[in-house]
Parts: sequence; structure tokens; C-alpha cells
Amino acid sequence: MSKEPVAVVGIGQTRHVAARRDVSIAGLVREAAQRALEDAELTWADVDAVVIGKAPDFFEGVMMPELYLADALGAVGKPMLRVHTAGSVGGSTALVAANLVAARVHGTVLTLAFEKQSESNAMWGLSLPIPFQQPLLAGAGGFFAPHVRAYMRRSGAPDTVGSLVAYKDRRNALRNPYAHLHEHDITLEKVQASPMLWDPIRYSETCPSSDGACAMVLTDRAGAARAPRPVAWMHGGAMRSEPTLFAGKDCVSPQAGKDCAADVYRQAGIADPRREIDAVEMYVPFSWYEPMWLENLGFADEGEGWKLTESGVTELDGDLPVDMSGGVLSTNPIGASGMIRFAEAALQVRGLAGEHQVEGARRVLGHAYGGGSQFFSMWLVGSEPPAS
Amino acid sequence: MPEVLEAPLVVEFPFTRSLGPVQSAFLTGLRERVVLGVRTGDGRILVPPVEYDPVTAEEIRDLVEVAPTGTVTTWAWNHAPRRGQPLDTPFAWALVRLDGADTALLHALDAPGPDAVRTGMRVRVRWAGERTGAVTDIACFEPYDGDPAQPSGHTGDFENPVTGIVAPARLDYTYSPGRAQTDYLHALSDRRMVGERCPSCRKVYVPPRGACPTCGVATSEQVDVGPRGTVTTFCIVNIKARNLDIEVPYVYAHIALDGADLALHGRIGGIPYDQVRMGLRVEPVWTEGARHPDHYRPTGEPDADYETYKELL
Repeated sequence: MSKEPVAVVGIGQTRHVAARRDVSIAGLVREAAQRALEDAELTWADVDAVVIGKAPDFFEGVMMPELYLADALGAVGKPMLRVHTAGSVGGSTALVAANLVAARVHGTVLTLAFEKQSESNAMWGLSLPIPFQQPLLAGAGGFFAPHVRAYMRRSGAPDTVGSLVAYKDRRNALRNPYAHLHEHDITLEKVQASPMLWDPIRYSETCPSSDGACAMVLTDRAGAARAPRPVAWMHGGAMRSEPTLFAGKDCVSPQAGKDCAADVYRQAGIADPRREIDAVEMYVPFSWYEPMWLENLGFADEGEGWKLTESGVTELDGDLPVDMSGGVLSTNPIGASGMIRFAEAALQVRGLAGEHQVEGARRVLGHAYGGGSQFFSMWLVGSEPPAS
Repeated sequence: MPEVLEAPLVVEFPFTRSLGPVQSAFLTGLRERVVLGVRTGDGRILVPPVEYDPVTAEEIRDLVEVAPTGTVTTWAWNHAPRRGQPLDTPFAWALVRLDGADTALLHALDAPGPDAVRTGMRVRVRWAGERTGAVTDIACFEPYDGDPAQPSGHTGDFENPVTGIVAPARLDYTYSPGRAQTDYLHALSDRRMVGERCPSCRKVYVPPRGACPTCGVATSEQVDVGPRGTVTTFCIVNIKARNLDIEVPYVYAHIALDGADLALHGRIGGIPYDQVRMGLRVEPVWTEGARHPDHYRPTGEPDADYETYKELL
């Protein structure tokens, strides 16, 4: 028996900011969920199950927060699942929800991911003082910066590519009312003059710390037929994992990422992603990850990704726009960040992305990764239903 | 075989909580010696109050004062109170349905012993002397045989409401790094670096993990690696890390020790930070009393060829 086609009929986000001191965690997730239901013109009673995701519990110090969020998300009396795969969790949460619809377990599923980073400190949550171990000398940026240097060595990319990505993403964010950073006076010179934190990564090439939530309503063919607005159809979705560090790991272009993309393209019937995919919303917490992922996801040959960035292909009006929303570089409520990528892909093919809409976007990839580049989740959505 | 190492690991952080409108009113009320519940769509009064109706999922904001007296609905005796609990003498954890409420609130009940506690017994709030807008403004409950107190009809509007609280959390673990890491650490004390080889893929892991993460098999064959190695990649750290007494800028590097199939991480010293490069040959520098090498310094050998370490990136 074939799978049930899965459609996105509702999307909701909070306006992402550094600190939402006016709402509890329940109030934060509620806001996104309510907006997704309004977009779908559905009520709590129309939802059959809720799938929620966030990054480690240590980030807010609420153990298993999903238990306390059941009434805020209308989940009382319904199945509720929690997903956790580090930074990729927003993507894998959406995929778990989509699989419940595809398997015809549920007709309509509300999926949501959040982080309230202001209630804690992610840096602390990720660097516990484990006895006997040499302390990590550098924090999150220091973890990824050596991999960026390795990419630069391997590809021969000029030093300026990272600043081009940051400048583009911050300008895209100006078109997105939900984005956290709205740097109206941003210039390329300012990005390039910002302090070098973890050389080769500059301050302006890193993501902010945000409070926010993102929600989507996923439904089956019958639900899509009743939808009041255009829907996004899922054409493929996959997750892959590998260890954080192992002998033979390619830290620049992890095998798990390549395998995950290949699986998505196979499901969607994509032979040439560069030609057949109209735009990509990928998880770029440090600017250099744009060219790195362009290669990992098969949009460019190895060592060639930076040329797409440098030649303007990934600009909003380019041939392959990347991170139209402003990306993680402009908004990073960690647990929600993956789902925001997936939701942006869906908004684009629905034609509802507003000021950052890519004209004629018919097939868009949403991408998330997490941990030490060890968890990957991706989906490809389209404006037309999947073939067969 | 030497004894496996063990040490305490304390995980501690002062989390902040933004309360939102309902919890804000509830905790501010406790500061003012007022207990508030919330009315649901079907007319029940929930104490402690919640923001969303558990039946209809609608937002609920209709706050209702209940009495500081109530009835124990169930309880458990706590023989040995722990740090941070409401009382430092043995007490009952009790669910108390306050007069006027439909649900019960969890708190401590001060009683001389378990024989003095029963389901159905009447109790009242003992207020804390100093109240800040926290659940600990109720010091505990205590036995009470008077009439139910009459609430004053407060609706939850207060001057200077509490909008956030700090919730310190602490977890105490006993951490053991396991057999393989213990062996590695013991060898370090002799200033030797010992990895383990996977019997299947033959890769050498240092520090060893006791198992190969790709083959999923146990490792036991010990292999001396280093002490010299090659900087495979690095970054220059310009911001001071918390709890680290290192002057910035400094170089944080991935170092592939000779004979190892995976780079480990370390700081590079003995060379200006802006002269460190991929392929630099380095060796550990030990300091008296430290478990790990303090940093790595150049050996003076010619740089390693990129081809020799590119697979380790």
C-alpha cells in the first residue's frame, strides 16, 4: 500500500527576539501553535496528535517540558510525542509528525518546536565540567571554526566568502518580520570589520541566541482538499546520524549529510538538485556553512560551493536562493531552528513568504543539522502533489 | 588492573523563568497571603492555576481566590529531608485541596510523625515570614481544626507583580570515565599517551573509548602514540572562555598524534599565534601536577605534507 501524501496547511511562528519575558514557555509555544491553526483555519479539536521538539532539557532546566505543555497545545486526551536530535530537532520533529500522517496513523498532526534561550545559557548547558577531561578550550564557535579552516584549505575559497553569506542573510532577514536580527544599517564593510572571535569566524558570521517557537499543521490528502490557502506537499524526507567523532569522519562534508540528501532526492525523483530545486533553506549557524552544505547537499561539486556564493547565485534574486528567511544567522531559538527551515521551505512553495518570496518557487529543500555535525534531517516540499 | 576512576560531578545553574500572566498573579498573590486559582470552562477552580483549559484548550484568565485552609487528599512521609526541601525535619509531602478549589496543591505538611497524618485531615497554610513571590512563600501546611477561612474575593490585580523568578537547579552525579579512559589517564601520569586499536578496522583511538564507534566492538589492544604529532587544523581564539585562565589570543588546534587515527584537541604555545599553520609538527609540554599536557609546542621539524593528514580533517 502506498503512503498517504502529506501536506502542510498551516504555519505559525513567534516574532523571534533575544528574550520573551512577557510569556511563559507555555505562552510561547501557544502563540506559534495558535498562528498555525489560524493559517489552516482549524481548531484544537481538528488536531489528532501533537509532536513537539526542543534541544536538551538543560537549556531551560525544565525536565521533559512537553509534559507540562499538553494543555497549552490542546493535547489532552491525544497522543503527544517529544523528539530530540540536538540542533536538527526542529527538522526531525516535523518528519516524525509527517510520518504519522504518511502512515495513516493520524489524519492531522500539529508539530511544534521551541527554545527559550533567555531562561538559561546554552554555552553552559553544552559544556558541563566533566571530571578528568581536558576542558574544551573554545565554546561552540571554537568547535566549528577549525572545520571551516579545513574547508578553506580544501576548497581554496577566498577569505571573504563567509562575510558575503552573513551580509546576504542579514539583508534577507530585513524582509522577514519574524526574524530576530533586523540590522537596517548592515553593510559588507561592517561584517568584514566585525571582531574575529574564533579566527576564521567573525562575530557577524555567527548566529544570535533567540527565544522563539515554530509550528506547522500537517495533514492528509482529504485535509489538504479542505485547506483554505495553498498547501505545500512533502515530496521526500529523511534523517541520518553518525558519531560526533570517529576515525575517518569527514568533518567538512559528513557522510550522513550526503546520505540524507540522496535519500530525499530519491524519494522526490530529483536527479540534478542544482537544476530541479528552486531554493534552499539550510541550517547555517556560522556563515561558512553555506558553501560547505551546498557541496554536502549536492548543489555543487566538492570544493566548488563557495563559487555559487561568490557569484551571487545564492542571493534572494539569484538562480538558487539560499536562506531566504535570513536563516539561522538571523534567528536561532535552537530547538525551533530546524523547523523554521522546514517551515520556510513550505512557505515558499505555498507562495506565502511575503517580502522574501522567491518568484515561482515550486520545489524547495529544508535542511537541519545538529550536535557535532552528526544529526541531519531534511525535507523537500513542492507546490504540486507528489507524483503517484 | 588499576581501579577505575570516579569523581563527583555537580551540575548547577540558576535558571530564570518568565511567568506569564497566570503564574505571575499566583506567585504575587502568595507574597500578599492570597491563594489564587483559575476557573475553567466547566466551572472548576484549579489550584495551582494553569494558563490553558485542560478540557477545551482555551486560554483561561478568570482568577478566583480560594481559602488558605483545606483538606489532605493523599500524602507520603518523608523520613529524611534533603537540601532545598521546605522543612529540615521529617515531614509529609501532601496534596491539599484548599477550600473553594477542585484540585489539590502539592506542598510540605509539618507534623510530628506519620501517625499524626491521615487523608481527610484538615490543614492550613503556614505563611513564610519573608515572602518574595515564590511557592516557598507558603512555608508549609500545618494541622488545623478551626472553621474554613473565608477568602476576600481577590481577583488577582496587584501592585508590583512578580513577572519572573530564579529557579536554582542542582544535580549531583558520581562520574566514572570507565576502564579505557582510566588506563589512558594512568598512562598520562607517566607522561605516556596510550590509545587503543580496534580489532576490526585497526583504527587507533586516543583518548580510547573502550569501543570502536564505527565497528561497535570492544577495544583492548593498547598502542603507544605520539608524543609528537601534526596540527591538522585550528582556530585562533580571541574571546576569553569562562573559567579558563588563558590569555587571548591563543590557538586551539586539532592534533593528530603520530600513530593515532583521530585528532585530539589542544592549545598551541611556544610560537606566536599568527604563525601557527596546518601541518605544523608539535609535541606536548607537561607541567608539574597537571593531568593533561598544558599545551603543545613546535618540534622544529619540517611541516607535514598536506597529503599525510588530509584524511584526518
